[in-house]
Amino acid sequence: MISVQHITKRYGNHLAIEDVTFDVKRGEILGFLGPNGAGKTTTMRIITGFMPASEGTVQVAGFDCFEHPQEIKKRIGYLPESPPLYQELTVTEYLRFVGQLKRLPPSRVPGRMAQVIEQLGLGSVRHRVIGHLSKGFRQRVGLAQALIHDPPVLILDEPTIGLDPIQIIEIRDVIRGLAGSHTVILSTHILSEATAICDRVVIIDRGHIVAEDTPAQLSSRLRQSEKISLTVKHPPDNWRERLSTIPGVLQVIQGPTPETSIIEYELGQDLREDIAQFVVNQGVGLLELKPLSLSLEDVFLQLTQQDENLAHAQEDSPSSHPSSPVENRTQA
Amino acid sequence: MTPVNTLIAKELRCFVVSPVFYVVGAVFLFISGFLAHLMVVNAGQQALRFLQMQNTYAQLNLNELVFRPIFHSLAIVLIFLLPMLTMRLFAEERKLRTMELLLTSPIGINEIISAKFMSVLIIYLGLLGLTGLTPFVLSFYSTFSNDPILTGYLGLALQGAFFLSCGVLASTLTENQIVAAFLSFGIIIVFWLIGGLGSMLGDTTLGVVISYLSFVEHFDRLVRGLLEAKDIVYYLSGTVLMLFIAHRVVDSHRWQ
Repeated sequence: MISVQHITKRYGNHLAIEDVTFDVKRGEILGFLGPNGAGKTTTMRIITGFMPASEGTVQVAGFDCFEHPQEIKKRIGYLPESPPLYQELTVTEYLRFVGQLKRLPPSRVPGRMAQVIEQLGLGSVRHRVIGHLSKGFRQRVGLAQALIHDPPVLILDEPTIGLDPIQIIEIRDVIRGLAGSHTVILSTHILSEATAICDRVVIIDRGHIVAEDTPAQLSSRLRQSEKISLTVKHPPDNWRERLSTIPGVLQVIQGPTPETSIIEYELGQDLREDIAQFVVNQGVGLLELKPLSLSLEDVFLQLTQQDENLAHAQEDSPSSHPSSPVENRTQA
Repeated sequence: MTPVNTLIAKELRCFVVSPVFYVVGAVFLFISGFLAHLMVVNAGQQALRFLQMQNTYAQLNLNELVFRPIFHSLAIVLIFLLPMLTMRLFAEERKLRTMELLLTSPIGINEIISAKFMSVLIIYLGLLGLTGLTPFVLSFYSTFSNDPILTGYLGLALQGAFFLSCGVLASTLTENQIVAAFLSFGIIIVFWLIGGLGSMLGDTTLGVVISYLSFVEHFDRLVRGLLEAKDIVYYLSGTVLMLFIAHRVVDSHRWQ
């Protein structure tokens, strides 16, 4: 449905994104994840046609962004980072305006308006002026604006920013409900959000894609060993040494409490049964045994830090030439 | 409703809830009414003086004594008032990031610019239409020639359209409305002052070209009742040129 091919965007000398390539299938929710300033907004703006890419192309629903920009714009609902709201209009006036602007047939405007107002819980504020609404409501009006013309593709730039926890859950449910019938790209820097709503995640850092997979696959891919957290009631003195004697165990580390130990063993093995048997035989009072999976947070930190190390290495290398830093300094 | 009409309707809606519109409208109508009053009183005094001095009923020309000064004064008032109407058009969209909505909608930049220009033009022509009350009321008490009044109004309409297009351009150049207003004063005043430079240079080629670039002599001809194609072409091409530059500016923002 969306195909982004080798796009690069330069602002003067600054490279915002470089050679970004990914595809989104029909009905899929793609999470666009990265720290602030990684190039998420730039990529989304290029897909929506707000700005052209310096290099590369984007295709949406088979239309090329350079040849048929208007066809693409008709098919995209876009919620920018700050919702584009006219303070002096009421919610219904605003939604009618956007619907007409997006060339929704006049006969469908009232029906769609009623639908999105219902969908996003805007009924109580429909006749209020947008300038007087709270941030949560404004964000919802922003989302309503993206949905009003029932576009097959939705681009949402940080849709849950500035909302309270209950509103976040509501908005996530709305987005989840769009899966299947709509293709969604959403950006976020909240990792749990990506895990909660996205079918697939693209991690972008400093303008480069560093990983692309399902949230589950990503965490398993980066895991080098299986980990299990074990809690017992009365750990004996040399408890961790004793645990290491179980065949297959690589390492035993102290957990967050003295009663808890983290047992690491080789990938692909399943030692849970052996461990449980061992603990029961020792008679120390088994309280809890649970596998630890790498959270998306860990994945994210690993990936972006790898990248950072790489960047440092690259930065360091020219300084081995004694002349270059001096030149730079004199220019500055 | 086409997207352009939608955009015009939205702009008009924003105008009628904005205090700027009422202030500009009130000041404009007050000044035009006050000017009309002054000119009529002045014409009355002159008539009386003629009567006392020569003891004859002189042929007083209301077109010259009343309407021509009103048209000239209003043209100057427009330099200061119209930038107030245009300043928010694009500056506000950029500041509030609503430009992102317009540029990601299936509507071209030329349509956005023409819709915004049309909306202020409608507002301005509405205000200008209200000043038509002066010749309408005076027509009951006196006789005067209608043609110079019609061409005078045509001149004010064309001149206003040109000023508004300068304002639209200024508004695309900045996010700050005050800066946009001053910038359009600047642009308009340059077009005004080069008229003086042109007449200083006189009949040289450069002088003629510069005089043509200024609106002063074009407006003067229209107010005197002379309807010439070159004056209308001047205003229309100037307006289109300003809107075209505005189009380039908006387009260039997308690349930055």
